[in-house]
Amino acid sequence: MINKKVANAEQAIEDVMDGDTLLLGGFGLCGIPENCIAALVKKGVTNLTCVSNNAGVDDFGIGLMLHQKQVKKMISSYVGENAEFERQLLSGELDVELIPQGTLAFRCMAAGYGMPAIYTPAGIGTEVAIGKEVRNFKGKDYLLEEAFDAKFAMVKAWKGDTAGNLIFKATSRNFNTVMAMAGKITIAEVEELVEPGELDPNQIHVPGIYVHRIFQGDHYEKRIEKKTISV
Amino acid sequence: MLDKEGIAKRIAQEIQNNSYVNLGIGIPTLVANYIPKDIHVCFQSENGLLGMGPFPKESEVDPDLINAGKQTITMLPGAALFDSAMSFGMIHAQKIDLTILGAMEVSEMGDIANWKIPGKMVKGMGGAMDLVASAKNIIVAMQHVNKAGESKLLPTCSLPLTGIQCVKKIVTELAVLSVLPEGGFKLLERAPGVSVETIKKATLGKLIIEGEIPEMAFD
Repeated sequence: MINKKVANAEQAIEDVMDGDTLLLGGFGLCGIPENCIAALVKKGVTNLTCVSNNAGVDDFGIGLMLHQKQVKKMISSYVGENAEFERQLLSGELDVELIPQGTLAFRCMAAGYGMPAIYTPAGIGTEVAIGKEVRNFKGKDYLLEEAFDAKFAMVKAWKGDTAGNLIFKATSRNFNTVMAMAGKITIAEVEELVEPGELDPNQIHVPGIYVHRIFQGDHYEKRIEKKTISV
Repeated sequence: MLDKEGIAKRIAQEIQNNSYVNLGIGIPTLVANYIPKDIHVCFQSENGLLGMGPFPKESEVDPDLINAGKQTITMLPGAALFDSAMSFGMIHAQKIDLTILGAMEVSEMGDIANWKIPGKMVKGMGGAMDLVASAKNIIVAMQHVNKAGESKLLPTCSLPLTGIQCVKKIVTELAVLSVLPEGGFKLLERAPGVSVETIKKATLGKLIIEGEIPEMAFD
């Protein structure tokens, strides 16, 4: 088996440069690559373009990178819950491209499947459609949306092996699978890293061919954004 | 006049047996609390779950298990997990029978605006543009007028659109209305104690009133 293991987050992200484009997995704070984000903050790379469904909260997730002004552009579908983000957006410090959530997923998926673009009806008749090619299939209009072209993808899985195979838990799978498939260099951080043969091949969500570097995160806060209890 | 719970309760009556339903954030989330016992419904959460259950007990809280509103939730027996691409795949392939979501404005042509107020609020569309572009049936849950007292049922939307010609039905604190394919809000029911006159005053778009308008019935 090809060994993808690296020692830690610092080593995994050591060649991320100013101006790079990163795909960052997670939905809200669920399934975000906590250790990679912490290492990016420590490294201090700037002018990044970050593609992520959300932008974290003020003091966690991508919010930490926003505070350090490391992000030049965010491509997301929903960015509530983050006051610093909103401030940078309204003041023009941060360039933000909001795109439909399905479009975000499909543009990753396309990259992972080697397809240059996809057609989606999401955004037809709205400002999202401005400047994009529209094509009609069987009486319905669709927008042409291009696959992401990102140097790095950073994802977080529940379990992984040193061959790069990944298994996710519950709804932390979200964008992590398609982003793992879309990166030119994909970095996976996992809660539990095992040797090849210890994971059931029937249960693998992302085969190791898509993963270039893997490490076990040394701490997971797994912060809950909205803890809601039934009474 | 209905409160938020009342709107959710009335919308729950619209849910067909054996249907897959996506609930948006806000009032739509409350609909799950009012599903009649004899109606089998499977809730989809677009972050990757079919078979969403109620909020967890303290001991069941799992940070890896949330809904699209980022709230902690549970899974029911028979639940299934998947990634975001498959989630929006099933939405665009029209496997979801009903989408219930909130809105800032709806036009008499069924256009909906619910993601942006230029210069004031930019939170993003999330999955709403996907849902409204492909849902077989869309019901909007919202207040009839905004905080400034202006109608949210308009001839055309003034805010940036989320989708066009897609809303089929609207339930507000005042009324149930359907959006006709040729345009116009057809008044179907009045909320308890609300007059047709009140609804007329609160509706800026074309309102169609035919015959006696019944009051909503609740069990």
